[in-house]
Amino acid sequence: MVEKTTVIKNRAGIHARPAALIVQTAGKFASKVSLQKGDDTINAKSIMGIITLGAGFGTEIRIIADGEDETDAVDAIERLFLTRFEEE
Amino acid sequence: MDEKRFTVLDLLDLDLKEHDALELRCICGRKGLGRHINSPDINRPGLALSGFFESFAYQRIQLIGRGEAAYLHLLAAEGREDGVSKIFSFPIPCFIFSNGEPPAPMFAEAAEAADCPILLSELSSTEISSRLMRVLNNVFAPKTSVHGVLVEVYGIGILLVGESGVGKSETALELIERGHRLVADDVVEIRCVSGNILMGSGANKVIGHHMEIRGLGIINVTHLFGVGAIRDKKQVQLICSLEEWDSSKVYDRIGTDEKTMDILGVQVPQLDIPVKPGRNIPIIVETAAMNERLKKMGYHSAKEFNQNILRWLESESARAVYFGRDDSI
Repeated sequence: MVEKTTVIKNRAGIHARPAALIVQTAGKFASKVSLQKGDDTINAKSIMGIITLGAGFGTEIRIIADGEDETDAVDAIERLFLTRFEEE
Repeated sequence: MDEKRFTVLDLLDLDLKEHDALELRCICGRKGLGRHINSPDINRPGLALSGFFESFAYQRIQLIGRGEAAYLHLLAAEGREDGVSKIFSFPIPCFIFSNGEPPAPMFAEAAEAADCPILLSELSSTEISSRLMRVLNNVFAPKTSVHGVLVEVYGIGILLVGESGVGKSETALELIERGHRLVADDVVEIRCVSGNILMGSGANKVIGHHMEIRGLGIINVTHLFGVGAIRDKKQVQLICSLEEWDSSKVYDRIGTDEKTMDILGVQVPQLDIPVKPGRNIPIIVETAAMNERLKKMGYHSAKEFNQNILRWLESESARAVYFGRDDSI
């Protein structure tokens, strides 16, 4: 299991488009990928789940992956957060 | 785990309807609205008001009814304020005055000075205490969230679970189309109330009753299918676990095995339903719901069927013995 903590850098937070990007990226990997905000953990392969997190600007998010390609999965999703989901 | 604490402000903010409505409003001590409520219990502070503070349950919500309110007026009239000032030295979450009767001015002033919120409700003491108990038991109930879809089919709350992409949302959509109801899609929040009842609801009211369907995107079920197609909450009574058909796995062919899944310590009957092109999952789920209702009514199809076979075999063998003897003569 690989974990990484990151912070949301785009002003709008995780709305529909970033959520779709995360789901697309997570879907490419065989590992079980989840995002954690506070106590809530959700499946990163589900759009509605990610939106339900209600993650706004500056929120700390933990990316967790478990499976054969876990390291690549966490890195790929972290890259999305770092590049602000190609926004701004 | 860092549990989110429940404050007096959260209590006022709860969106409660009909028989759960508390009709509370804050009349003074607003600065203390951030105080935490740590216990679902309620205390009637009659003894404390009269000056007896041993075993005083100060950590609970303090409910003041007609009797206590009248006593406070008497104290105010006689100018005895020691008991009142002492009660505010405890970290009480809040006071609730029932029957819509505001507190004596001296009590309100003391509360304001101590930043202790006073809430007023139009309901009677008995009514508000039973409603508060119910509401707070829900708030403090253990909860968890599950990745799946909760639908109500023929009155049975069915939780569809399975890997992403197996067709949970599509199955739910077909069920809605057939007149059943959606409770929550994707993230189902489950609370264990009264020890053995699992209540499922959507995690977030704002974005509730939306579904993501591959190829369509996000759809609003309420607007598309009408309010008749949705429900706010529903007891989880059956779990249907959808999975890709695995030819090496043995699926239940009879239905006498009772598999269950543990959610918050409650055992929920679980069915493993293999998904394969050509298998109409919604109809299978519908049938499972009806079968579950039949079981609740005391009729277990598979067991009854087996009983009949046993009875039949028994009578056949009895006949065989009888006729066998006849033949031999």
